[in-house]
Amino acid sequence: MSASDLLVATALAGTAASISGAIGSARVRINVSAVLTIAACACGLAVAVGVLHSHHGVALYTNRLIPLTGLSLALDPLGSLFVAITSVVGICAMVFRLGYEGHGLSSRTASSALPLFVTTMLFVPAAATVTTFLFLWELMAVTSLLLVLADHRHRPEVQKAAQWYAVMTQFGAACLLVGFVLLATRTGSQSFVTIAARAPHLAAWVRGSAFVLMVIGFGSKAGMVPLHVWLPRAHPEAPGPVSALMSAAMVNLGVYGIVRVGDGLLRGGPAWWWLLVMILGALSALFGSLHSATSRDLKRLLAYSTTDNVGLMLLGVGASGLFAATGHQGLALFALIAALLHVVFHAVFKGSLFLSASSVQQATGTRDLDSLGGLMRRMPVTGPIFLVAGLAISAMPALCGFVSEWLLLQAMLHGLPTTNAAIAVTMPIGVGVLALTGGLTAFTFVKAIGIGFLGQPRTEAAAGATEVRGSMWAGSGMLAALCLILGVAPWLVVPAVVDAARDATGIRASNPLTPGWQLGLSDIHGALAPGLLLVALALAGATVSLGRAALQRGAARRAEAWGCGRELQTARMEYTATSFGEPLTRVFDDVLSPSHDLDISHTAESRYYVEAATFHTALDDGFERRFYRPVAGALRRWGALARRVPNGSIHRYLAFGLVALIVVLVVVA
Amino acid sequence: MSNWPLDSVVAVSACQVIGVVLGGPLLVGLMRKVRCRLEGRAGPPIRQPLLDLRKLARRERMRPAQASFVFSAAPVLLVATTLVIAAIAPLLGTHPALASSSDLFAVVFLLLFGSVAIALGALDTGTAFGGMGASRSMTIGALAEPALLVAILALSIPAHSSNLPTIIGSSLAHPLWLASPQRLLALVAFLIVIIAESGRLPVDNPGTHLELTMIHEAMLLEYSGADLALVKLGESMRLTVLITLLADLFVPWGIATGPSPGHLVIGLVTTAAKVAVLGAGLATFEVAVAKLRLFRVPELLAGAFVLSVLAVVSALVIS
Repeated sequence: MSASDLLVATALAGTAASISGAIGSARVRINVSAVLTIAACACGLAVAVGVLHSHHGVALYTNRLIPLTGLSLALDPLGSLFVAITSVVGICAMVFRLGYEGHGLSSRTASSALPLFVTTMLFVPAAATVTTFLFLWELMAVTSLLLVLADHRHRPEVQKAAQWYAVMTQFGAACLLVGFVLLATRTGSQSFVTIAARAPHLAAWVRGSAFVLMVIGFGSKAGMVPLHVWLPRAHPEAPGPVSALMSAAMVNLGVYGIVRVGDGLLRGGPAWWWLLVMILGALSALFGSLHSATSRDLKRLLAYSTTDNVGLMLLGVGASGLFAATGHQGLALFALIAALLHVVFHAVFKGSLFLSASSVQQATGTRDLDSLGGLMRRMPVTGPIFLVAGLAISAMPALCGFVSEWLLLQAMLHGLPTTNAAIAVTMPIGVGVLALTGGLTAFTFVKAIGIGFLGQPRTEAAAGATEVRGSMWAGSGMLAALCLILGVAPWLVVPAVVDAARDATGIRASNPLTPGWQLGLSDIHGALAPGLLLVALALAGATVSLGRAALQRGAARRAEAWGCGRELQTARMEYTATSFGEPLTRVFDDVLSPSHDLDISHTAESRYYVEAATFHTALDDGFERRFYRPVAGALRRWGALARRVPNGSIHRYLAFGLVALIVVLVVVA
Repeated sequence: MSNWPLDSVVAVSACQVIGVVLGGPLLVGLMRKVRCRLEGRAGPPIRQPLLDLRKLARRERMRPAQASFVFSAAPVLLVATTLVIAAIAPLLGTHPALASSSDLFAVVFLLLFGSVAIALGALDTGTAFGGMGASRSMTIGALAEPALLVAILALSIPAHSSNLPTIIGSSLAHPLWLASPQRLLALVAFLIVIIAESGRLPVDNPGTHLELTMIHEAMLLEYSGADLALVKLGESMRLTVLITLLADLFVPWGIATGPSPGHLVIGLVTTAAKVAVLGAGLATFEVAVAKLRLFRVPELLAGAFVLSVLAVVSALVIS
C-alpha cells in the first residue's frame, strides 16, 4: 500500500468512525467509533513515520470535496511530526474513551464529532493550500466546540466556557483569514509552495502584517497570553478524552502554524518578528506557570500549565528565528529542534496528565483539589501514572521533560557571548524565564500530586474512590510509559525532530545533536546521557534502599501522625491546595491580585463575640478581569445603542438604502 | 579533553562518594562546633552527627497511618540524587565518571528532584506540618531557581559550556578570570542560593522546631529511625556537595588534574581544607545573623537574581 493510499485510508477510517458514532446503541457506537478512530490514527502514524523515515513527501489532490479549488494535501517532515504526535495522543485518548463514562460524550452528536475532530487534526498539518488549510482549521474548531459543549445539559458552566472558546477561536480564525488572503493575493497563488517561493519578494509591510496576524491567529489556538482566556475555561469543562486531545494535540497546531508561516511560507523574517514571538512566549510561560501554581481546580491547573508550556515552545521558536535573522544558522536549527522536541514531550506528559485527571474526576466526581487526597492508595494505577507524568513535566532527570528543558537552556546559553544587542538582552532573560517557570512547575506538580493523591482524603467522595476501568488507565499509562522511554532514549524521536526542523527552516547546517545514548552537541561543548543518569539513579536508589532494608527488616510500622498532642488527626487539619499556594499568592500579589471577602457576624448579645465567620477568596484571570470584561461590556453597550437604529419602520430602512446608495456612488465617482 | 584511564576515573568517583557520605555529617558537626564555640559553649564533638546517624539507623521506623509508598521512597530518592551528583560532579578530580554528562544544569535538576521527593513525602503524612513545610520550601526553591540558573549562565559564558569539568578546566587555564567582576557577582548569588537551598540561616533555621518558623524541619517531623537517618544524611551530603562545588568553581586550585594517585591525594586534602574553611565561615556568618521573616526571603532571592543578571551583563561586556 502506498503512502497516499494510507492517507486515503486515514480519511476513510475517520469518516466511517464518525458515521458509526451516530448510529446504534450507546455501547456499540462508542466502541465501534473508538476502534475505527484508532485505526485512522494508526494509518496516520504509519504515513507520518514513512515520510519521516524516507524523506519523501506525500501529496494528494481531489476536487470532489471542495468545489472550485479542490482539496490539496501534501505531507512533508514538519507536518509529519505533528501528524505523528496527534496520532499517538489520539490512539491513547481513544483507548481511554473505551472505558470513559458519561459526561455527555456518549450522545450521538458527540460520539460522531469526536472521530471527526481527531481526523481533522491529523489532516491540518498536511494542508497544502490556503483554502484546504482554512477549511480543515474551521472544521477542527467547530467539532471541538461541539465536544466542549457535550455536557451542557448538566452543567451551566459549560455553556459559558463554550462561548469563550467560540469567540476566541473565531477571532483567531478571522486573523488567519485576513493574513492568508493578504499573502495569497500578493503572491497571486494560494498554494503554499508558490507562496513560499514568492513571499521573499513581497514588500516588508505585507510580510510583517501577515506574520503579526498569523501570530495572533495561531496564538489564540495555542493558548498564548493574552489570547489564552478560553483555555482555563474550556479545557476543564470538556469531557476527559477531549480535554487531553485539545491540550496535547490541538494547541500544538498553533505552534505548528507559527513555524509553518514564519519559517516555511515567509522564509524567516527580521529580528523584531521573533522578538515579538519571544516576548509573547515569555509572558505566556510566566503567567501560565504562576496561575497553575495557584489554581485549585485540577484541570484548570493543567490548562494553565499548557499555556506555560506553549510559552516555552514559543520562546524556543522565537530564539530560533532570532538566531536565523542574525546569521547564526546552526544555532537557529538547534533552538528549533529544542522547541519541537518540547512540543513532542509536552504532548506525551500533558496527554497523560489530562487523561489521569479525568480518571480522578470520574472516580470521585470532583476535580477540586481541596476535596481530594489519599488517592495514591485508593487508585493504585492512576496515582503512579499521574506521579510519573507530573515528575516528567517538572523536568525531573531521566524523564522526558528534562531533556527538552536542558536543550532549550543550552540553545540560549550558546547564543552567548555575542555582539548582537538583541541576543545579548533576550538570552539571559530567556534563561531567567525558563528557570522561574521550571521552579513554579515543580511547585505546581508537588501541589497537584501531594494534595490530590497523597495524605488523607478530604471528603467522603475521595475516601470512597476506586480504581477506574483497565482501558482508562491503559490510555493514560501508555503515555506515562512514553514519558519514561523518551526520557531515557530521546534518540528515538530526535532524528525525526531534526528532519522536521531542517525541513521547516530550510537550513542545511549539520545536525547539531549527535545521536546515541549520549545526546551530544556537536559544534558546542556539552552532552547529556539521560539513560546513564537513570541507571546511576537506579543503582544509587537500590543501594540505599537495600542498605535500609538490611538495617531493619520489614516495612515501617504504621502509627498515628503526630498532632501536637491531640488524639486524632482529621483531614480538616491538612494543608489544602489553597493554603499550599498561599505563600506564592502573597509573593506575587501585584500580578495575581486575589480578591478576599471576609464576612463576620456577631452575636446579638455583644459585638465582641463572633457568631460565624465566612472567608472567601477568589483568584480570577487578570487579563479576563482587566481587559476582556471591559471590552465585552463596551461591545454590549454598543449593541444596545445599535438596536435603537432599526425600529421596524419601512421609511427608515428605505432612507438607509438611499444613503448607502449615495455613499457608494460618491466613492465610485 | 584528555582521557583518563578507567580505573582512575572510578577511583575519583568512589573517593568523591565516600568523601561526601562521611564528610557530610562531619561538616555539619564542624559547623555546629564553630557555632557553639563562638557562642561560648563547648558543643558536641565534631563526629556527633555520625554517632547520631548510627543511633538512628538502629531505631524502629514508623510511618503515618495514611501514608503511601511515596513517604518511604522520598528519603531514598533524596540520598540517591545526591549520591549521583557526588559521583559525576568534579569535586576532587576533573574527570569523574560520566564527566561528559556532568552538566551544571543537570546537577541543578538532580538537586531539585531531591527537594521535590522530600516535599512529596511531607505531603504524604497528611498533617498540617508536612503541608506547611512542603509549601514553604517549594516556594523558596521556585524563587531561588532563576538566580541559580542565571548565575550558572554567567559562569558558562567564558567557558562556552555548562559542562562542569570544562568550566573548571578553563578557569584553571585562565586564573585571572577568577578575580573578574562576573565571577565575584556570581559567587555572591551562588552563596545566597546555596544558603536558601540547604535551609541555613538567615533563610531557615535548622535548629528550630517552632511551627511559625519551621521550613525544612516541618517536612521531617514524621520520619523516624533509618528513614530519619537517611534524610539527615541526605541533607548533610547536599550541603557538602554544594559547598564543594562552590569551592571548585571559584577557587579551583588543588583539584586533581591528573590521573595519578598522588594527584588524587592532593585533591582530597585541599578540597577537604577548602570545604572546612568555607563551612566554618558559613557557621561564623550564621552566628551573626537572625532568621529572616518568610516573606522577606523572596526579597533576598530577588537580590541574588539581580546580582546574577549583573554577572551575566559583565561577562558579556568583558568578553
